Amino acid sequence: MSQFVFLYRGGMGGDVSPAEMQQQMERWMTWLKELGDKGFIKDMGQPLERTGKVVSGKQKVVTDGPFAEKDLVSGYTLIEAQSLSQAAELATGCPVFLYGGAVEVRPVAKM
Amino acid sequence: MELDARFFRREAGRLTAALTRLFGVHNLALAEDVTQDALCRALEVWKFHGPPPNPSAWLMATAKNRALDVLRRERTVRTFAPELARWLETEWTLRPTVDALFAAGAIQDDQLRMMLSCCHPRLPEEAQIAVILQVLCGFGVNEIAGAFLDTPSAVEKRLTRAKRALAAAKSLFDLADAGEVAARLPIVHRALYLLFNEGYHGASPESAVRAELCQEALRLIGLLLDHPAGQTAATRALAALMCLHAARMPSRLDDAGDLTPFFEQDRSRWDRALIADGRRLLDQSAAGMEVTVYHLEAAIACVHASAPSAHDTDWAAIVRLYDALLALRPSPVVALHRAIALGQQRGPEHGLAAIAAISGRERLERYPFYAAALAEMEMARGERARARDRFREALALARNPTERRALERRLAACEGRS
Repeated sequence: MSQFVFLYRGGMGGDVSPAEMQQQMERWMTWLKELGDKGFIKDMGQPLERTGKVVSGKQKVVTDGPFAEKDLVSGYTLIEAQSLSQAAELATGCPVFLYGGAVEVRPVAKM
Repeated sequence: MELDARFFRREAGRLTAALTRLFGVHNLALAEDVTQDALCRALEVWKFHGPPPNPSAWLMATAKNRALDVLRRERTVRTFAPELARWLETEWTLRPTVDALFAAGAIQDDQLRMMLSCCHPRLPEEAQIAVILQVLCGFGVNEIAGAFLDTPSAVEKRLTRAKRALAAAKSLFDLADAGEVAARLPIVHRALYLLFNEGYHGASPESAVRAELCQEALRLIGLLLDHPAGQTAATRALAALMCLHAARMPSRLDDAGDLTPFFEQDRSRWDRALIADGRRLLDQSAAGMEVTVYHLEAAIACVHASAPSAHDTDWAAIVRLYDALLALRPSPVVALHRAIALGQQRGPEHGLAAIAAISGRERLERYPFYAAALAEMEMARGERARARDRFREALALARNPTERRALERRLAACEGRS
């Protein structure tokens, strides 16, 4: 078994009605629960706030978000799978695609 | 934990009402933005671990914090609710004022005030209903358009117009002004009556939104019933009417989603609790001198609710109530219903004669249930060939697949095919 991080990018908010938001939330919960029930989740992970700061450069310049909506990482999950291709296959069920977002699948480097 | 399917929608209405009171109705768009923000944040956080134990309080705290940020940042450049202005100026009073506005009782009142504001007399009824559905019930533009078989751009136009009228008022409707409330209530009643009817008889019977429209109308009339300013005889009569009709909803559609004709409905499926509520409200509505169309329509529904079967119904009482309704608000549709009741009471010949005597009868000719009523009476007196022709006419006028299937079944019965 290897570990992978799912980074969820974009696919947030926009002009959706409250009922659509609730439906979106339920889709996410269903998807994550299914992955969990099948034993693929090592750690459910956390959602991330939209705001934040970026510290960069030798001068350690601190700048405020916001970050570009489409690249914004909205959360992460730690997955356990046989291979990168299986992990990527698991990611295809993520509801983020219904709302224009993406999942970045990154293997955790083995020590 | 499981959320009720309407949770986000209902909370959106509550939050926007409270925020509009705080920001002033001229800042409605800002209030809607803050609500949208709070719901978005809930979505993003809850989708991982599910909603917290008290999701409503969580949302409210989130919206409140956003509101405080906005007030602190913009109180020097923007005017908010004029009647609250001095309480929002200093940090000493800001937080307690905002807390008080988000208390349960206050939100209840704010929703009522918002509803009275939305029923602006200069707005056409469809604009009043559209803005109520969006602002108070949390429906999106597409959902409203779906319920009324309209285009989203037509709905958008209505909403823009309604919001412009609202913004001109600065503050939400004042419940303390008894004269203003009394003048506004009939408009509110009419809007809620139309909203309920749209759900009950409306254009898209197959959409799930329809039952929700009826539920929203019932919830909104509840706001009036719960407030001393709204508890009039007409409010109670309208609430009774809604309860008595809503009680029949479980038997109106069969398992395949087809309309079951009134005469064939399984009365054991009528909702007894709603009938009891309706009856109690109708009794209470009799206090006072006023008799509105809602009283009469509720009384008719009550006679039906009390009858063990369509056959054993006090049709004479129903005819008398329709006579009173015609005197109060003459219309060919009401006259048609009276004629149907008369046909039940005294036989199809009398019913047919009454239909022939309806003034403005030509206005019914595009209405499928007019031809269907004629067909039923012809069938009842054994004129099968005439009945068949009338059913075919009705079928040609059917407005949606549900109506079409219901009429096809009657045509089949008439031709002895069922």
